[in-house]
Amino acid sequence: MSILIDKNTKVITQGITGATGAFHAKGALEYGTQMVGGVTPGKGGQTIDFDLENGTKVTLPIFNTVREAVAKTGATASVIYVAPPFAADSIIEAVDAELDLVICITEGIPVLDMVKVKRYMEGKKTRLIGPNCPGVITPEEIKIGIMPGYIHKKGHVGVVSRSGTLTYEAVHQLTTRGIGQSSAVGIGGDPVKGSEFIDILNLFNEDPDTYAVIMIGEIGGTAEEEAAEWVKANMTKPVVGFIGGATAPAGKRMGHAGAIISGGKGTAAEKIKVLEACGIRVAPTPSDMGATLVSVLEERGMLEKCKS
Amino acid sequence: MNIHEYQGKEVLRQYGVSVPRGKVAFTVDEAVKAAEELGTGVAVVKAQIHAGGRGKAGGVKVAKNLDEVRQYATDILGKVLVTHQTGPEGKEVKRLLIEEGCDIKKEYYVGLVVDRGTGRVVLMASEEGGTEIEEVAAHSPEKIIKEVVDPAIGLQTFQARRIAYAINIPNELVNKAAKFMLSLYQAFVDKDCSIAEINPLVVTGGGDVMALDAKLNFDSNALFRHKDIVELRDLDEEDEKEIQASKYDLSYIALDGNIGCMVNGAGLAMATMDIIKYFGGEPANFLDVGGGATKEKVTEAFKIILSDANVKGIFVNIFGGIMKCDIIAEGVVAAARELGLDKPLVVRLEGTNVKLGKEILNNSGLNIVAADSMSDGAQKIVALVK
Repeated sequence: MSILIDKNTKVITQGITGATGAFHAKGALEYGTQMVGGVTPGKGGQTIDFDLENGTKVTLPIFNTVREAVAKTGATASVIYVAPPFAADSIIEAVDAELDLVICITEGIPVLDMVKVKRYMEGKKTRLIGPNCPGVITPEEIKIGIMPGYIHKKGHVGVVSRSGTLTYEAVHQLTTRGIGQSSAVGIGGDPVKGSEFIDILNLFNEDPDTYAVIMIGEIGGTAEEEAAEWVKANMTKPVVGFIGGATAPAGKRMGHAGAIISGGKGTAAEKIKVLEACGIRVAPTPSDMGATLVSVLEERGMLEKCKS
Repeated sequence: MNIHEYQGKEVLRQYGVSVPRGKVAFTVDEAVKAAEELGTGVAVVKAQIHAGGRGKAGGVKVAKNLDEVRQYATDILGKVLVTHQTGPEGKEVKRLLIEEGCDIKKEYYVGLVVDRGTGRVVLMASEEGGTEIEEVAAHSPEKIIKEVVDPAIGLQTFQARRIAYAINIPNELVNKAAKFMLSLYQAFVDKDCSIAEINPLVVTGGGDVMALDAKLNFDSNALFRHKDIVELRDLDEEDEKEIQASKYDLSYIALDGNIGCMVNGAGLAMATMDIIKYFGGEPANFLDVGGGATKEKVTEAFKIILSDANVKGIFVNIFGGIMKCDIIAEGVVAAARELGLDKPLVVRLEGTNVKLGKEILNNSGLNIVAADSMSDGAQKIVALVK
């Protein structure tokens, strides 16, 4: 089991003919993901070829619209690599086509565009992950996004993070300790986004194959604090955390659009305090995320069943 | 992106937001001429820097005649203002706003922000104008009134009116205040602001509602559709190294320490600073080379790090995903050679093609210290710069 996606999920790529879209569509195919087509307006009716490393050649159909792509391929998920000025429109098109899941990798979407997207999504069935995220992976089954697949290992620990590279760091620390992952989800570094920590923690909580979770936050906003309160009230599985940006100066945007301490709010110290008060053990350094989880699992006698 | 107060007021004026008449001046003579042209009895001389707290630092003076304008302009131009937002080094004043004085009856606060929790624009107001909103939030949060805006229909008149009543705008001026807020909202969404703060908004003896100060901050992701706003950028207000970095699409922020950092990914870059600090060092910068760094980009990143005279050593921390470790290693070696690097360099590589990357570093003949993990690398660089 896993959350959001598994080996049966059929995926289309919006922006498949762009350099980034094509590169990562190939990466997903290499990993075994059921990539079933792509959307690039104006190129409908054409196809795109991928020569995989194992020697096979995959040819995918291109469509002008998401609706047509869904009708012809039966896809239930989409991944977006469309340039920032047009990405919000692509998300809305995917929601309009009633996909179950939309993962938007694009970084740099105007915040007010995302405000409109979120408004449009109210009451719709689609779940959005991102934007400005690495994507979602269920190890050894399916990879949708830009993460390096080979560092992952199938297992029982869920990972949810605002940062791409810190997710890889955490996953790597787990895998090298023999601890596999059920799914790893990058929710993205933007201030207004499709899914928050709580949404993903809730899914991990309900997934019988996830035994524990690593939550990786950073400065800016109060999503980590809200998630911590939620964990305290609802989560039946151990959660460990890490918060990046303890040394970040106030008022400066640290790379991610959402990573900014403003008006004294959103500091790492405040977040760490709330997480710990809610029973979430916080790794003292980013090098200790794996070790911190191991220590919690050991204390609860869960380490052996988390090894895979 | 930040702009100056006088520029913000110009943008707001285009939307019908009421602001005092004023002119920008770069010299003392220009300041006097501006005051003369305004023809007001009382003129305000205001330092234009990208930081709040100017008044307390002596950057805002009320002049009763042209001689006083000349005096204050002379005092303030070229002065280094130190406010709670500038840091201890302060900021040099290079521009002044000369503005007509106005007869203030009462000061209020009005602001617009994008609220993460609701994912919407929120209009905030308070009758405690002139004080910082964070301060008001700390001691009397009940005095901050909020209206959440539905992006599908925009800010509604009744919402603006409800806020005006709630902050006790005089009855006869409620409609004027509501119109002010509606215009401000329009400017906010049209220009893709991330913050629009009017502090204070004032009610005058003449029955006007106007913005005595204006702080506009723009979403840098949206600047591609606002060429007019990009033109307002003042490079004097930005760090030289940060400007250079932005040319190469590198995300760089200067800090006070002596360990230069080069990292891929914003989260990892922040965490790298944290771990340096954890082991007793001080990071000199935040630097995210991004997911698709080329050899050229890595070289530029090195140049920028080394242009900081405080830097005593460099820590490169890369988790190669899309970015392959061998490419990074080649970039590091090329940059170190080109620049004749004579400072300690610790490199931690992990991820795609890591073996190849390490071989390139080891065979380079350069004095590069390899690290096995983030914490190993952080400890090594901290020890080397001591």
